[in-house]
Amino acid sequence: MTYTTVEIWAVIVLVAIGTYLIRFSFIGLIGDRDLPPWVLRHLRYTPVAVLPGLVAPLVIWPDATGGDYDAPRLLAAAVTILLGVVFKNMMLAILGGGTTLFVMLSLMG
Amino acid sequence: MTTTKRAFIRGIRDGLPFIFVVAPFAMLFGVVATETGLSTLQTFIFSLAVIAGAAQFAAVQLMADNAPILIVVATALAVNLRMAMYSASIAPYLRGVPFWKRAAMSYILVDQSYAVGLAKFETTPEMGPSERVAYFTGTMMINMPLWYGGTLVGALVGAQIPPEYALDFAVPITFLALIGPMLKTAAHVMAAFTSIVMALLLGFIPYDLGLMLAAVAAMVVGAQVELMVQRRMA
Repeated sequence: MTYTTVEIWAVIVLVAIGTYLIRFSFIGLIGDRDLPPWVLRHLRYTPVAVLPGLVAPLVIWPDATGGDYDAPRLLAAAVTILLGVVFKNMMLAILGGGTTLFVMLSLMG
Repeated sequence: MTTTKRAFIRGIRDGLPFIFVVAPFAMLFGVVATETGLSTLQTFIFSLAVIAGAAQFAAVQLMADNAPILIVVATALAVNLRMAMYSASIAPYLRGVPFWKRAAMSYILVDQSYAVGLAKFETTPEMGPSERVAYFTGTMMINMPLWYGGTLVGALVGAQIPPEYALDFAVPITFLALIGPMLKTAAHVMAAFTSIVMALLLGFIPYDLGLMLAAVAAMVVGAQVELMVQRRMA
């Protein structure tokens, strides 16, 4: 990371203000007016629209291997997603994925 | 005991199950943020001021990538846009609550307090405004300090961990673990799939702008699939 101290603080402050305003929007400013259905329909998918796109390149071209395809990391990713989908439990998925990565790396290392 | 006090204690109790997610998630953020190069103070203030794990992880990951500030902020806020929906759906239950209390409640409007709070308000219409505030605040009474404290512990530990441990993959695993439980309907799955494909295809666009375009496309696909499914059901 080549971010300067000032830049890091800028990100923190801007994300904090923006996030607060999003939370405050209807509770504090707009009041109990209904959002149009089409807006709700899009908002529902914001996390699932951003996070997979963010993570996909990290899984397929991991930094640690200089961007080469890497079996332990791919397998760990698959185990994590599978546990999350099946058990709907985030911490279980993290533990399962982390363990898979650790075991695979020590087996292949 | 007053009904307000009872609502507060009830809120604390209903928020307790989340401690098992909040504490480790906070620690993980502390470790990852300091490994990326944020100071302990910056990491701590980040959690204190934002209280939104997924957005914080997204911001730190993009900072590690040296994406421009505007992209980092826009992406983190995009992850948090869902909270506008939370804010809209909880607002009708806060009629008659003083402005400063609504301002304070906005600060602690997170996935967990929203889920538990809305469920309670919907099933208990006889609750008064002050009881609602007490209950809602209760749900975060333990989780919030735990989020700050966990982040601090993680940041202090992270500073001690040598870089040769495979922590590079802690962030992807965390994101994947967040995404799995989100894939509730065909629309969610299609949105996630669109996001992945588009982000990979548009990876060549500078400043991580491809991700924003992919996110917009994925939102539209999610909304359209939802409509299609609804029509077929009708």
